Amino acid sequence: MQQPNFTPTANLMLRETASQTAGPYVHIGLALAVAGLPERDEEIWNELAKDSASGQRIEVVGRVIDGNGDLVRDALLEAWQADSSGHYQTAFDLKAPFNSFGRTATTAEGDSEWRFVTVKPGAISRPDGRTMAPHINLAIFARGVNIHLQTRLYFDDEGEANADCPVLGAIESPSRRQTLIARREDSEGGLPRYRLDIVLQGEGETVFFDF
Amino acid sequence: MTLRRRFVERDRQSHPPAYAPGYKTTVPRSPSQALVSLQTPSVSELTGPDFQKLRMGPHDNDLLLNFRDGTAPGLPVGERVIMFGRVIDQFGKPVPHTLVEMWQANAGGRYRHKKDSYLAPLDPNFGGVGRCLTDEDGWYHFRTIKPGPYPWPNGINTWRPAHIHVSVMGPAISTRLITQMYFEGDPLIPICPIVQTLNDKEAVGTMIGRLDMARSRPMDALAYRFDLVVRGELQTYFENQ
Ligand SMILES: [Fe+3]
Repeated sequence: MQQPNFTPTANLMLRETASQTAGPYVHIGLALAVAGLPERDEEIWNELAKDSASGQRIEVVGRVIDGNGDLVRDALLEAWQADSSGHYQTAFDLKAPFNSFGRTATTAEGDSEWRFVTVKPGAISRPDGRTMAPHINLAIFARGVNIHLQTRLYFDDEGEANADCPVLGAIESPSRRQTLIARREDSEGGLPRYRLDIVLQGEGETVFFDF
Repeated sequence: MTLRRRFVERDRQSHPPAYAPGYKTTVPRSPSQALVSLQTPSVSELTGPDFQKLRMGPHDNDLLLNFRDGTAPGLPVGERVIMFGRVIDQFGKPVPHTLVEMWQANAGGRYRHKKDSYLAPLDPNFGGVGRCLTDEDGWYHFRTIKPGPYPWPNGINTWRPAHIHVSVMGPAISTRLITQMYFEGDPLIPICPIVQTLNDKEAVGTMIGRLDMARSRPMDALAYRFDLVVRGELQTYFENQ
């Protein structure tokens, strides 16, 4: 009889399938245009909010930097965020004005910035009565990253909400909290733009979460 | 009473560590600080996208038919295989309607990617990407060709075993997972630095696709079964305070 490729652990649960790096060609599978492949009718990509989405439409950009200070040019990022009223839209629908989920990538060309077009998420109240400041959950996949890294992006113009956010508060080092705060910058008449570099290692290393 | 969803804590021993110097690229790309544990998972982590409205093309899960560059109409070169399995959670519960995506090299071990310059040729009839949603009972399947092994710059003479990259979402971003399926019996598996990032033989076993003769198609294609296990979901009711 065929043996299954999963095994129970000591407490009789199955073991989670092991993670492996997404490798240098992750874009073939999850970001076809970036790999130079023809796109299918519907692709998951980086515009979470159309013009018609309610809330403040913004652009969020950044780079991914390694422990040598060099650009990581082959990463894939996934965003998961609430809408402008603080609710997650779980039904992904490209016809909807807003989707909570999106993907973006860094590339071999140019300044290798990733970018999302979205709306600023609302604050989120938790069952314990505390409120999380507006944030975007980010997952980072890349060659040399054995299991995806999970982080959050917060906004520098939400000072009070950030100060009260229980998740930011769970980070012991106040200086490390700053690694999650995107800075608003001048966007010359375009959408308001927020910028955050993700630093994988070393000085200014981004806080990554386990949950 | 409120229903609260929770996931079984991710056992980091079942996954490769971030820093695994045998796989050299991890050296500058692994965080040196510890992960910050979120003691109280919130709606941000306990929810995730549902892709049932994402419109799939008729051949999105059929890599024999979903790419033609127009120069040589026909089928891709290579061993025809069916890759199939179930997405289940750690309690054995099927995960229905979840998105499974995959990508791979062609039979010669070459990826259709601007950056891949390996000397094996591209196949005009092979793109190397597929996706599908699991059915009611968590089953998925793809039709493809078996990818070739390929060399890569790590050691002086380092080769990847034949593998298919697999991505699964599961019920929430907490269950998100990207892995690789290897083919049972491949002698390159135990000497691959990327496989070896795992310290645990049983964990390696979770990534091996098994030959399934019963589901192979006579005179057509061999079948490999690859079940994906995502974190277990616990649902508990609690009194509001
Ligand atoms: Fe690969």
